[in-house]
Amino acid sequence: MSHIYQLTKGIIKENPIFVIVLGMCPTLATTSSAINGMGMGLATTFVLLSSNTVISLIARFIPDKVRIPSYIVVIATFVTIVDLVMQAYTQSLYESLGIFIPLIVVNCIVLGRAEAFANKNGVFDSMLDGLGMGLGFTLALTLLGSVREILGNFSVFGLKLIPKEPVWTAGQFFHDPMLVFILAPGAFIALAYMIAIFNKLKK
Amino acid sequence: MANIESNFKNMVLTLLIITLIASAALGLVYQVTKEPIAQAQQAKINNAIKAVLPEFDNQPASAAYTRKVDDGEVILYPATRNGQPVGVAIKTFTKKGFAGLIELMVGFLPDGSIYKVEVISHKETPGLGDKIEPKKSNFSTQFEGKNPETFKLMVKKDGGDVNAITASTISSRAYCDALNRAYQALKKGGEQ
Repeated sequence: MSHIYQLTKGIIKENPIFVIVLGMCPTLATTSSAINGMGMGLATTFVLLSSNTVISLIARFIPDKVRIPSYIVVIATFVTIVDLVMQAYTQSLYESLGIFIPLIVVNCIVLGRAEAFANKNGVFDSMLDGLGMGLGFTLALTLLGSVREILGNFSVFGLKLIPKEPVWTAGQFFHDPMLVFILAPGAFIALAYMIAIFNKLKK
Repeated sequence: MANIESNFKNMVLTLLIITLIASAALGLVYQVTKEPIAQAQQAKINNAIKAVLPEFDNQPASAAYTRKVDDGEVILYPATRNGQPVGVAIKTFTKKGFAGLIELMVGFLPDGSIYKVEVISHKETPGLGDKIEPKKSNFSTQFEGKNPETFKLMVKKDGGDVNAITASTISSRAYCDALNRAYQALKKGGEQ
């Protein structure tokens, strides 16, 4: 397997959201807007990249029976670093993501990549794997966040797509956005359709 | 995979070393980010004070004091300009929001009337309850210039003077509850 493949497989072929369907909790909960989805994705990417790197380096020295606690400590350390740094420098994003930053610790993707990939492969491949998986996750979350924000609020990345007062009279359909897409049920609906379309296109 | 035997000594040693390194790294990051975190929180308070009061030239945050009202504490930030009081910003809260805690910053003029209201934090439903934010709807402007002595801080449904947000009566009620708490604190304040 080439290095390029390790990087790109996370984006399409083994996309953590659309194909492996891991880490649904932050996916559904934080994607109420495009910027939130992207922030969550980038935070997770950093954790994935760092934890994959460190775990691939130290896996040889960890006795098998304590490997899961060891990995969790490594992951939790990086998540806490992200948490503190975001709190210090991106206050408003930190507040809108809230409890979901500390919860990256228990995101299945992070531990999943450590257990399934990083502890069997070299440092370089593990870094590429973490980066690729993280980018796939970010891409999926940003896309889902954009779809929900467009349908539910007529905006994307906070930019209004349609003026507040519609000028055309036949535009009654566009008068009020479909609020349900911002709320929790809309997350399930949008995600289900996106997984379906993604898998159709992939074939 | 691991080529170290899983005996008691190895496992304890491994975990000990990993947790030691992890805690050292966290301690370092905490030291580095402590100052910016405190600054970011202070800046947020200062911006909220600036948004709800007329121009002032003192440091309201350093003259802050707290007053106990009902079941909690609110913080009062007196502002002056050339030594003359121009108003008090009050950081108030309510637990009656649709999704729990709502924190507001309310600016009162010396005569007791409301100058402006800003939302510090809330978890209300996007698109409905979040219209309490001044940038999302003009709900909060109806309080500007009103004195709670004559303007009854209750939604019209409950016999007050406040126009509730359509489909968000609970958020509107909570908002009034927070404003009432601020006004109680102002009356207790004794500085004006």
